[in-house]
Amino acid sequence: MEMEARCRGQRYLCPISGIDIIMPDLAFAFEEVTVDRDGVRALDGFTATVPAGGVSAVFGPSGAGKSTLLRLCNRLEVPTSGRVLFRGRDVAGLDPLQLRRQVGMCFQRPTPFPGTVAENLRAADPEASNTEMTAVLERAALIGSWLDRDATALSGGEAERVCLARTLITSPDVLLLDEPTSAIDAEAASLIEQAVLDQATGGMTVIWVSHDAAQVERVADRVLRIDHGRCTAVDGAPSR
Amino acid sequence: MNGPVSWLGLVTSLALVAVAVVVSMWRHLGLGWQIAWAAARALVQLLLVGVALGLLLTPGRSLWWSWAWIAGMVIYAGDVARRRAPEVPRMASLAIASFAAAAVITLGVTFGLRVLPLNSRTLVPIAGMMVGNSMTATVLAARRLVDELRDKRDEVEARLALGQPSRLAATPYVRAALRSALSPQIETTKATGLVFLPGAMTGLIIAGVSPVHAVLVQAVVMFLILGATATTTVVVALGLVVRVFTPDHRLRPLPLGGRKRG
Repeated sequence: MEMEARCRGQRYLCPISGIDIIMPDLAFAFEEVTVDRDGVRALDGFTATVPAGGVSAVFGPSGAGKSTLLRLCNRLEVPTSGRVLFRGRDVAGLDPLQLRRQVGMCFQRPTPFPGTVAENLRAADPEASNTEMTAVLERAALIGSWLDRDATALSGGEAERVCLARTLITSPDVLLLDEPTSAIDAEAASLIEQAVLDQATGGMTVIWVSHDAAQVERVADRVLRIDHGRCTAVDGAPSR
Repeated sequence: MNGPVSWLGLVTSLALVAVAVVVSMWRHLGLGWQIAWAAARALVQLLLVGVALGLLLTPGRSLWWSWAWIAGMVIYAGDVARRRAPEVPRMASLAIASFAAAAVITLGVTFGLRVLPLNSRTLVPIAGMMVGNSMTATVLAARRLVDELRDKRDEVEARLALGQPSRLAATPYVRAALRSALSPQIETTKATGLVFLPGAMTGLIIAGVSPVHAVLVQAVVMFLILGATATTTVVVALGLVVRVFTPDHRLRPLPLGGRKRG
């Protein structure tokens, strides 16, 4: 509760320096987070904050712990030690199902479910109307009339955008992206980048994991640099 | 010996085991000793079971001995299932629970509704056929479900990431595992009488029972096996879902899989 009050007051007490600093509204705060998996330390005392709004990129080499960090945000993984705070509240104390509807996630490889595009969208929102589904497809840079298409027969880029639409239909406050363009062509990647930037402009907080420096330069408002499981720097990326 | 097969007949039938050994030697399969060992072991086991059943089925013997026999059989079957599916977490207890559930349902219907008279002579063989015939499907369902969840981990986690509870996220994979495990039994049931004559019926006919009565018994046994298989597979699959997901709806690491994450 104390942390929540501090975040609401736009102040954050850095656990390392002990300095109470003024921050914009925080979406996530990571406090000395360590994750050990199969005898390997994926995160090693990671400490950083992610402000609400805009696009925050998590940038680092392969194996640095980027995906693990992302999976902590919606509790697909839990820390071995340390805390992850969502809007000032420890995610360990939140209902994971509710958290995951507030914090949507797109994975590195497209994961369309067997069935039509509409069935994929209804897996996320069983109550969704055709109008809502058409609108969300268009938000993900897809053709709205594709509802009857077989989702597993789409190209990689199209499938990734269906997955993006499937995540967006739950109206999340935060969008986690785990290198969603790493396995698709440049044109499809550009469509996804633009679609995500549109969401960020609309007020959604985006956390985008990438190891592509050019892409980070294009999309990010700020960059969390990660290496060997630790946050090595937090930069602004003013080019956008 | 009063039955249709004498000791000499049994020894003579070993010639058929010799045929299998000869085939192995001829084609250099290296299975000769295994075949001989399997036949010898089966014979010894059957003789021991025959002696034990003889004691169990003695007129006047309490039915509790039969229930104890069934309990022992279910526990041993759990251990066999564990050895057949080593990659399935805590398979033995799951299998025991599934066989116990199937026993309650199928024996409850068979004897509770007086389809067959309840005595040691019917109870023990019927329970044995129930456990023995549902074993393969039970193991198959568990292995298939673990394979599905491990191989499609990304897809499962995508469902979880949408806020689906673990039981709902697992539903398509449970369905696939159950269909795969039940299909062979359904096919076998369809082919009964046309492609093969089942063991119980054949045994009864050889023992001198009229074919129509043998068919009636066989039909009951067949339906019992179908019901038992459906029960054991669904119990093992749903039990497995509880075990492979955490209470906070995360998929636990599953053996023989998992990708490194960046």
